[in-house]
Amino acid sequence: MSAAIRIEDLTLGYDGHPAVHHLSGAFVGGSLTAIVGPNGSGKSTLLKGIMGTLTPIGGRIVREGEIAYLPQSAEIDRSFPATVSELIGLGLWKRRGLFGGLDAADREQMAAALHAVGLDGFAKRPIDTLSGGQMQRALFARVLLQDAPVVLLDEPFTAIDEKTVHDLMHLVGHWHAEGRTVIAVLHDLELVRRHFPDTLLLAREPVVWGRTPVALRPENLQRARAMPEAWDEHAPWHEDGQHDHAGHVH
Amino acid sequence: MYEYFIAPFAQFGFMQRALAGAVILSISAGPIGVFLMFRRMSLAGDAMAHAILPGAAAGFLVSGLAILPMTIGGFAAGLIVALLAGLVSRLTLQREDTSLAAFYLISLALGVLLVSLRGSNVDLMHVLFGTVLALNNDALLLIGAVSSISLVGLALIWRPLFAECLDPTFLRSVSKAGQPVHLIFLALVVLNLVGGFQALGTLMSVGLMMLPAAAARFWVRSIEAVAGLAVLIGVASSYLGLLLSYHLEVASGPSIILVAGAAYIASLILGRRGVLFSRTQPTRHRIA
Repeated sequence: MSAAIRIEDLTLGYDGHPAVHHLSGAFVGGSLTAIVGPNGSGKSTLLKGIMGTLTPIGGRIVREGEIAYLPQSAEIDRSFPATVSELIGLGLWKRRGLFGGLDAADREQMAAALHAVGLDGFAKRPIDTLSGGQMQRALFARVLLQDAPVVLLDEPFTAIDEKTVHDLMHLVGHWHAEGRTVIAVLHDLELVRRHFPDTLLLAREPVVWGRTPVALRPENLQRARAMPEAWDEHAPWHEDGQHDHAGHVH
Repeated sequence: MYEYFIAPFAQFGFMQRALAGAVILSISAGPIGVFLMFRRMSLAGDAMAHAILPGAAAGFLVSGLAILPMTIGGFAAGLIVALLAGLVSRLTLQREDTSLAAFYLISLALGVLLVSLRGSNVDLMHVLFGTVLALNNDALLLIGAVSSISLVGLALIWRPLFAECLDPTFLRSVSKAGQPVHLIFLALVVLNLVGGFQALGTLMSVGLMMLPAAAARFWVRSIEAVAGLAVLIGVASSYLGLLLSYHLEVASGPSIILVAGAAYIASLILGRRGVLFSRTQPTRHRIA
């Protein structure tokens, strides 16, 4: 299997302080991977790096194909007078371009996407009337419409009820079955154990990257928790050639 | 009736030109103001209005109170301030509202200094507050051109602008259009402000942009409806403001803006989404 996203000795960070430190590995095409780790361990930073909104301090990221990205707290202005169908219609952007209108086939696709996330009949609803769960369902519908081979989800189930998580997780499983590469940042280890074959455990340094049952062994979680919380203002600058890589268990 | 409402415009050419200028300006400034409002940049319009002053003043120094040099100068100054403010927010951690404030203040001081180099206070008042009753045919042509360019430009960038307001992160992830669209939009803002400064002055031209938009928001929901209603409120304010200034013999520019301001306050109180009605719950509800 070829890599959808290959990461080579990647360091990402802010003001010279690494948030992701010397990470190497690959998200294999068609894999379903959870990224797990304590707060501040560089999970969201890694996704931003993959999306190209953050330039690496060192190393590189090789991406293939388009990526649909659902950020952690979507920067959506909920007071903006848009309807659900206008919101999810953004997912067709790549195909319709800047100026193209939507045709009947697009409308059908949008209706199907709303059906898939359990929001039948919501097309004309203004977004400021949606609950948190409904909003997340709508955003999943938009990801669905983007029809991208790679999907990045940053903490998609935070503050979402069980039923919604169950429904949306079903959709994630469907994407996996279709052969898409799905990467999700998650905190619920039970959910990860049940649904995600692969896990990347991060604590700024990569702790483990491999099969979930191995990655989430107690000793690995213990190591991740031992991550020093604060950044050190006076930490010495990293000398080249003294990398301490974590083992890759693939 | 006729005597009061129509005759001032039928009898006097200067009233006709003033009405035409203000109405044409309302048609393009209204929708621009709506987008400024939804982008949470309502005060940026005001800042840009100040920023065009040194350019207009430079034009004034070179060729006196001639409309074209002052317009081109004002447009250039406004655009430079917008570009610099945007550049600072991209290259540093400082946000655009702060850098815009810094640059417009520099620009404003420079403008007042330039006007004071030559000319009297009357000239400064003219640049700051405009004279809608002195619009000549050249000025009308300019306003017409500004309005046409704005409407076509806005129609072209409507969808990306809509996406940029709704979810800028998403737009960035699928398209590089966000930044250029933002700049084109700022250029349209500046264009409308310089279009309006001959009539209403640099300080007041922002009024026809923001007040109708802010008022319309209290009545309707969708952005198309808000934009349409803002145009109507702007046009009505132009007519009523000129009429009142004629009969009460008060300055015309401020009259137009004050009527728009009255429309805002009335909408704020009486609008469907204003303070009175958004607090009263409907007594009937559906089963689901």
